[in-house]
Amino acid sequence: MELIYEKSMAGRRGVRLPASDVPQARALPPNLQRSEPAQLPELSELDVVRHFTNLSRRNFSVDTNFYPLGSCTMKYNAKVLENAAGLFAHAHPMIPLLPGGEKLAQGGLAMLHDLAGLLAEITGMDEVTTQPLAGAHGEMTGIMLVAAYYKAKGNRKKYVIVPDSSHGTNPASAAMVGYEIVTIPTAPYGDMDLEAFKQAMNGEVAAVMMTCPNTLGLFNPHIKEICDIAHSHDALMYYDGANLNAILGKVRPGDVGFDVIHVNLHKTFGTPHGGGGPGSGPVGVKKALIPFLPLPRISKDSAGGFALLQENPQSIGRVANFFGNFGVMVKAYAYIIMLGREGLIKVSEQAVLNANYVMAQLKDYYDLPYDQSCMHECVFSASRQLKQGVHAIDIAKYLIDQGYHPPTVYFPLIVKEAIMIEPTETESKETLDAFIAVMREAAELAEKDPAALLQAPVTMPVTRLDETKAAREQNVCYARW
Amino acid sequence: METYYSKEHEWVKIKEGVASVGITEYAAHQLGDITFVDLPKLGKVVKQFDLLAGIESVKAASDIYAPLSGKVVKVNEALNDTPEIVNEAAEDAGWLAWLEVADPLEVKNLMTRSQYDAYVKGLA
Amino acid sequence: MSAADYCPNTQAEIREMLAAIGVNSVEELFGPIPQALRAKSFDLPEGMSEFELLQRLAELAGKNAQKLSSFIGGGYYDHLIPAVVDHLASRAEFYTAYTPYQPECSQGTLQGLYEYQTAICRLTGMAVANASLYDGGTALAEAAMMALRITGRNRLVIDGGISPFSRQIVKTYLANLAVEFVEIDQQQGVTDRVALLAALTDQTAAILVQNPNFFGSLDDLSDIAEEAHGKGALLIASVYPIALGLVQSPASMGADIVVGDGQSLGNPLSFGGPSFGFIATRKEYIRNLPGRIIGETVDKTGRRGFVLTLQAREQHIKRHKATSNICSNQSLCALRGVIFLSSLGKDGLVELARLNYDKSEYAKEKLGAIKGVAVLNIAATFNEFTLALPQDAAALVEKLLQQGIAAGVPLGSYYQELAHCLVVTVTEKRSREEIDALATAMEVALWN
Repeated sequence: MELIYEKSMAGRRGVRLPASDVPQARALPPNLQRSEPAQLPELSELDVVRHFTNLSRRNFSVDTNFYPLGSCTMKYNAKVLENAAGLFAHAHPMIPLLPGGEKLAQGGLAMLHDLAGLLAEITGMDEVTTQPLAGAHGEMTGIMLVAAYYKAKGNRKKYVIVPDSSHGTNPASAAMVGYEIVTIPTAPYGDMDLEAFKQAMNGEVAAVMMTCPNTLGLFNPHIKEICDIAHSHDALMYYDGANLNAILGKVRPGDVGFDVIHVNLHKTFGTPHGGGGPGSGPVGVKKALIPFLPLPRISKDSAGGFALLQENPQSIGRVANFFGNFGVMVKAYAYIIMLGREGLIKVSEQAVLNANYVMAQLKDYYDLPYDQSCMHECVFSASRQLKQGVHAIDIAKYLIDQGYHPPTVYFPLIVKEAIMIEPTETESKETLDAFIAVMREAAELAEKDPAALLQAPVTMPVTRLDETKAAREQNVCYARW
Repeated sequence: METYYSKEHEWVKIKEGVASVGITEYAAHQLGDITFVDLPKLGKVVKQFDLLAGIESVKAASDIYAPLSGKVVKVNEALNDTPEIVNEAAEDAGWLAWLEVADPLEVKNLMTRSQYDAYVKGLA
Repeated sequence: MSAADYCPNTQAEIREMLAAIGVNSVEELFGPIPQALRAKSFDLPEGMSEFELLQRLAELAGKNAQKLSSFIGGGYYDHLIPAVVDHLASRAEFYTAYTPYQPECSQGTLQGLYEYQTAICRLTGMAVANASLYDGGTALAEAAMMALRITGRNRLVIDGGISPFSRQIVKTYLANLAVEFVEIDQQQGVTDRVALLAALTDQTAAILVQNPNFFGSLDDLSDIAEEAHGKGALLIASVYPIALGLVQSPASMGADIVVGDGQSLGNPLSFGGPSFGFIATRKEYIRNLPGRIIGETVDKTGRRGFVLTLQAREQHIKRHKATSNICSNQSLCALRGVIFLSSLGKDGLVELARLNYDKSEYAKEKLGAIKGVAVLNIAATFNEFTLALPQDAAALVEKLLQQGIAAGVPLGSYYQELAHCLVVTVTEKRSREEIDALATAMEVALWN
């Protein structure tokens, strides 16, 4: 498809602006004046509409295709959530920061305060900040809180421990806060090697970052013991909430012993992923860490009014301009109060049921490196298919031709040729059965006609793309006009 | 002129106190299509097994360690524009840098070709 | 009415699935979780239908002020959003997709973001841009970290004209790293150049400036860039994209890294988010960029296509050695940005910038003529300017808020010595009548 810049026609105009109702002002000083207008495309409104509508048709999405992308929780995004966010679209974030402005922003502040309260109850934490703008941003904020907590005690400490199965964001976030990373291997039973962990623990460890269930979809039965060991060395436990969908209403990380947690509203709480964002990554903490939370914080007075707390010398400061990705939070808030207590419990139960069903139906066809009851996702390996020269990526591309967005492949890194399937609770048995049939077909093809898989996909606007050329040439901006 | 190998799949050839350094064909194959070589700065002084350079392919990033202690006296500038030379001739034109060797005796910590071949066989 | 849960399996299907798994109940599947670890509480309200939900939320949203004549900016601006932006970004194929890890079935998102990167490059004049960061403040922090990596130095010079929110984000991001800051006070709404350049040493990684700055002042940064480069330091400029319709591009002023907030480009105010941050730089620094980058390539048959590229910089491959921890970005908001810019077009953006400038100049003259009121800025301004009032600005703002006018941002909370100053923002959405009404109300409030 042509680029929008290639469709440009000199002199064509799109959206019209209102005429000016004030006199034309004196021009800017010459050294400040732009010499050449930015080369934006010149198009009619219909050109723009057709271009982006046709682009959209070159995407798979949850609304068009089953999207079992492991670790990403691609559940259905209820349409009403979009309507909900629209109700708050016009509120300016500076309003409550103006003198006398808080009372003009009570709706927005109330929503933020209530959402924080709901998330605290869901995760078992004492207070939640909604400021972080995505999961990784939440991780960084959480580790900053850890650093501030220890700094106040006199030694910020040196290390953060992560298992080797962790999301890459965990070590990357801790490194952003200046910690050295200690990586613990996974034991044959699929969880962090407990003995290696015990040996790595010492008084200089600030935090242990865990995902539970982990990226293999397994619930670590030693998780309480791990928390206790960490606490005995005066280290804090960090919970990566990426997989919270598996345990809603079943386990609260705060009850287990975690001290800091982030949640991904765009995963567990049904807000759309937007082609890669915006997300939202609120962070919950136990009491001892509350003083360090970013500002502004929101408080509720006895009369039910909401106010901003803008000063606190112990706070880490600010990690985003205002209150976080508010529009995303409205959707998550709407999701939580619409589903309610029973609905959220049903979410985790059906997510786990769907994942175990897919696992049971596929385990005769694909190797299951950790063969045990899974939570919300299961991780297969294409190592059996590899013997025929078929890689996980080939199976993924075959699925595309069959109308399925592929599962996550090659993650977690500790599983060779990993295929990580997270069906989510919003898919029916019927959809899963159709997907299972195609996955079995792929396994059979790998035996009988591996070459057929290596060509896939053939039904998309493009076939497999030359990623090496992209990385070597680095054409990231269209240079002609 | 003897060539030695490290467990991290670097090779080193010493001639008159200067060592040329690169990665082995095995390593280049493992990395796949190489898209970028982060060459060391001239004059950089490294200890044996310190970080020397970086190599990226589409889906991986690898650290390259100095097989011997020394000072970087030359780098393979051709790799800036054509990193694929490492894929095509890892143990020849795909060399990364020359080191002024600080201690030739350090080769005792490295492997000979036959030792390295056996080591690679053991990895499979 | 019963609550929605979006779980479609029927009781009969659930029974079949349990049988296929070989367990008797869903609860059995939670067997690996020891009883002692089960939730001690899950005290949430009962659910509701979507009809009840919208009633409830409309009531909540109604507690926000509905009609304010707004002259507030502070980094977020009340601009027009053409109807096409909402409609096209609401295509579910865009907003219910995820990160385009599988390029063949994600060409829509990938090409859209490549076109977005191109738009950012053309606006700023820089050679390369990424596919978005979180917001303008975090983009500035990422740019600072990028400069530290590129130069291998550890000292930053931060201009006091940068938004206090952004400055605080930068400080929060860097608080745990061994970085030294020098913060430069502004004078009369512009950079104190002498102090700024005096702070520049051969240990400085970068000078950070904002243009227009928090007071609305515009500056030609060329000499600062030259001095910085002379000392081996970089110039990081945070810019306001709408202003770039009229104002010289940061690239031609010599900036090395350009960042900003994309809220003005087709994203609603939405109480502060989501918007997006943009970052653009010189070609030679591309590997130091944080976040996702889209690149052009070809498929096996030679057709053009787009992929996530240079991923080896990123956290999912490089883990703790990555250029940043960022994973999710603000894709959909960036897409709104490129739709916005495409629907305005080349001349449209100039026209929009001109409207902002003209209206703001009109307001500046009008408000500056009020007895006892002076314009603080000695430099040219774009669509924001600072007034020096004969009294505390906060008191005036509070008074006018009660009349339905948000007159501006009083500076006392951010610059102690400027408690009598007020930053007034005038976008294309404010009519001459509203500006006149503000002037009248301000005069009355000050002198009656």
